[in-house]
Amino acid sequence: MTQVATAETPVHEKQSFLSRYVFSTDHKVIGIQYYLTGGLMGVLGALLAGLIRLQLTWPTTQWNLLAKIFPTGMEGGFMKPEFYLALVTMHGTIMIFFFVSLALVSGFGNYLIPLQVGARDMAFPFLNMLSYWTIVPAILIAAASFFVEGGAAGSGWTAYPPLSAVPSAAPGSGLGQTLWLLAVALFIVSFTMGSLNYVTTVVNLRAKGMSMMRLPLTVWSLLIASIIALLAFPALTAAAIMLLFDRHLGTSFYLPAGLFIAGKVLPNTGGSPLLWQHLFWFLGHPEVYVLILPALGITFDVLVPFARRPAFGYRVTVYCLVAIAFLSMVVWGHHMFVSGMNPLVGEFFSIGTLLITIPSTIIGVNMIASLWGGKLRLTSAALFAIGTISFFGVGGMGGLFLGNAAADIQLHDTAFVVGHFHFMIGGVTMLAIFSGSYYWFPKMFGRKLSELLGKLHFWMTIVPFYGIFATMHFYGLAGAPRRYYNLSQYAFLEGVRWMPIVITVFAFTLLAGQLLFLVNLVRSLWAGEKAEANPWEATTLEWSAPSPPPHGNWGENEPVVHRGAYEYGNPDAKEDFVPQTVPALKVPAHS
Amino acid sequence: MKDTKSTLGVALAVMVWFIGIGVFVLGARRYLPPVASEHGKGIDVMLFYLLVTTGTLIVIGHLVLGYFVFRFSRAARVSPTLPGATAQRFWSIAPAILMTVLAEGGVLVLGIPVFGQLYTEDPPADAVVVEVTGEQFTWNVRYPGADGEFGRTDPALITDTNALGVDESDPAAADDIHELALIYVPVNRPVKVRLRSKDVLHSFYLPHHRIKQDAVPGMTIELWFVPTREGEFEIACTELCGFGHYQMRGFLRVVSDEEFERWLGEKREAGRR
Repeated sequence: MTQVATAETPVHEKQSFLSRYVFSTDHKVIGIQYYLTGGLMGVLGALLAGLIRLQLTWPTTQWNLLAKIFPTGMEGGFMKPEFYLALVTMHGTIMIFFFVSLALVSGFGNYLIPLQVGARDMAFPFLNMLSYWTIVPAILIAAASFFVEGGAAGSGWTAYPPLSAVPSAAPGSGLGQTLWLLAVALFIVSFTMGSLNYVTTVVNLRAKGMSMMRLPLTVWSLLIASIIALLAFPALTAAAIMLLFDRHLGTSFYLPAGLFIAGKVLPNTGGSPLLWQHLFWFLGHPEVYVLILPALGITFDVLVPFARRPAFGYRVTVYCLVAIAFLSMVVWGHHMFVSGMNPLVGEFFSIGTLLITIPSTIIGVNMIASLWGGKLRLTSAALFAIGTISFFGVGGMGGLFLGNAAADIQLHDTAFVVGHFHFMIGGVTMLAIFSGSYYWFPKMFGRKLSELLGKLHFWMTIVPFYGIFATMHFYGLAGAPRRYYNLSQYAFLEGVRWMPIVITVFAFTLLAGQLLFLVNLVRSLWAGEKAEANPWEATTLEWSAPSPPPHGNWGENEPVVHRGAYEYGNPDAKEDFVPQTVPALKVPAHS
Repeated sequence: MKDTKSTLGVALAVMVWFIGIGVFVLGARRYLPPVASEHGKGIDVMLFYLLVTTGTLIVIGHLVLGYFVFRFSRAARVSPTLPGATAQRFWSIAPAILMTVLAEGGVLVLGIPVFGQLYTEDPPADAVVVEVTGEQFTWNVRYPGADGEFGRTDPALITDTNALGVDESDPAAADDIHELALIYVPVNRPVKVRLRSKDVLHSFYLPHHRIKQDAVPGMTIELWFVPTREGEFEIACTELCGFGHYQMRGFLRVVSDEEFERWLGEKREAGRR
């Protein structure tokens, strides 16, 4: 019945290797490029995290092997404090900007949006290619910063001035910081091109019959995330340029009068360090939702086919995504409760922030309720999607502590914050990347990932992840500050010295567990079970194209959409599901 | 028969598991450094309220999620009835009301009074005034002395021996008392801290007193609190300030009134010499 739509007639000319796989304008190739690049950066970021854990658990141990790899940062086998801070900074930067943003938003976004809305490609294929090839130099610049004098930036992924503005303030505030700013600015340029493409494609290129309320939630979430990105990200571009000016041209956007750094009074006058914080978090907080919303959308899309029931409260979920997006733009100040900002403004941000719990809780309830009445198929993809619900719940509840200005006084800049945001932009997004991988891998490569390895991978991820980041919440409750090279001299932490050890043991278990995924990925590319066009018996449009889809996705005839995204468990249908392309007449009427 | 038994077993295991988690969450309060300030008790009430409410919601949510996974992975067929509009409406409105009461209620009833007292009320007139100036990587502490006024400072005057750049020609500067990374305060009397920074951002953190405030160069930020227990408490920096960030340890020594006066006298004596 979907014969026409799946005909494999190529509508594009033959391409050379270079234009097909390297400088490709095909959204699927670009999506996979993003996915693999992001994955590679994820591995790098995870290794940096491993080094951080080594230092925090065994601060006085000599690591001779590491001294060979990092001759300056680990001179004599001991980690230098500035190298530790560079690790912390680059771990955060890489994971947020170059792993989750790339693999989740750019990877799945590019791959799925045209396929799910029924388009042959993105609205601007060339711009799409350009956005990928802008991120490559950004990554190279960020990686290069480890090898310049003073090492990589060491002022945290938040790069608060004056530390980040005055080269003499810290070893990492030299060339490393400049390169960091360039890399982040390039990332935003690239991400802006991608977001423009997403919005235009979703608005203009939907297949015939694909009304907005028939879109899969992945597309909705990516559309909303792209709109937030377009509105919020330019603020950081401006902020980064001003910081570069402060660093190299002697301006004073962020530098007040009378700074005394490294034995000298600086000539600057009239700037304010708080300006950067406002601009940074004006990007930084929406950025969290740019990553979280697509993770939630993907979770719905993965959950529903395995529950064999329509998504519970589809329309309400869409409204909630919009509400979260709106609120995310006006709550940046909850990162600044103790920054010296007016405390009355702090309370405004506190009340606004906690409003976000309302749509978020509704989305969580809708996710759980989507399982009700179904016939669950517990595949690896489904397990990871269920895990995402769990992480979203726990992480979200932690947000109630930090969004509350009074509670935040004690918890601000402690390990509690680190635990919280790892559950949200670390855990929710990572599990969504995994559930999306297990779910769409057959579409991307025509083969399935191994279910056995996938389930092992699930347990090797979720258990240690809880062990690490739940413990970190309690470590923060005990008062442990974050970004500390060594906490051993602080007596008030005497009672919780066991916590970092537990965290480290789980951290290395988690790292080891991810090897299962890498093995699975590589093995399944060559030896995975062959997948047909619709291996999960799913309804959305991407499953009406061959696996993997050809350039142009559907051959000569574009799909026509006749129904909503999630028609499962339909008692009138011959099978228990009705793909979006099936016309109304084809479903037998009520008997 | 066997099925019922194993189901009961699973149910029992789940109950024990979650009771364990519940006890752990409720017990988490003990990880907090023992409170030592007046407003700190209010912050602890806030934290305890959040631990109990969010802990309960997490446990209930996971019980429901676990039950759904358990039940519907064993279902013989998909339920033929689709969720109705009423059910969808109910499950949107109920969480909305719950979270409004729980989250916003917590802020409005328990949070704002503490935050407001700490930040918007003026300290009582008998407060001990102390100036804390962060620098890479220590805390400079200064008391105004008998005249109650701090001497003028100018960054241009900073030298190795004059860390704050105090203008010695200012008469108010003569009786200022200086300390390094050590703050003396009397117990049960308000302490007003004038927080400043010479170079980069720092954050003045007293874990036992539930005090945390960024020190921002170019700004003088005032805060006050009432220490309620005598003893020596640690000060830490909680805003990344460079490679020595972790070393910015200081002490707050809370002593009796008499002891404090004795110490002040000694310091004045030393200053006169």
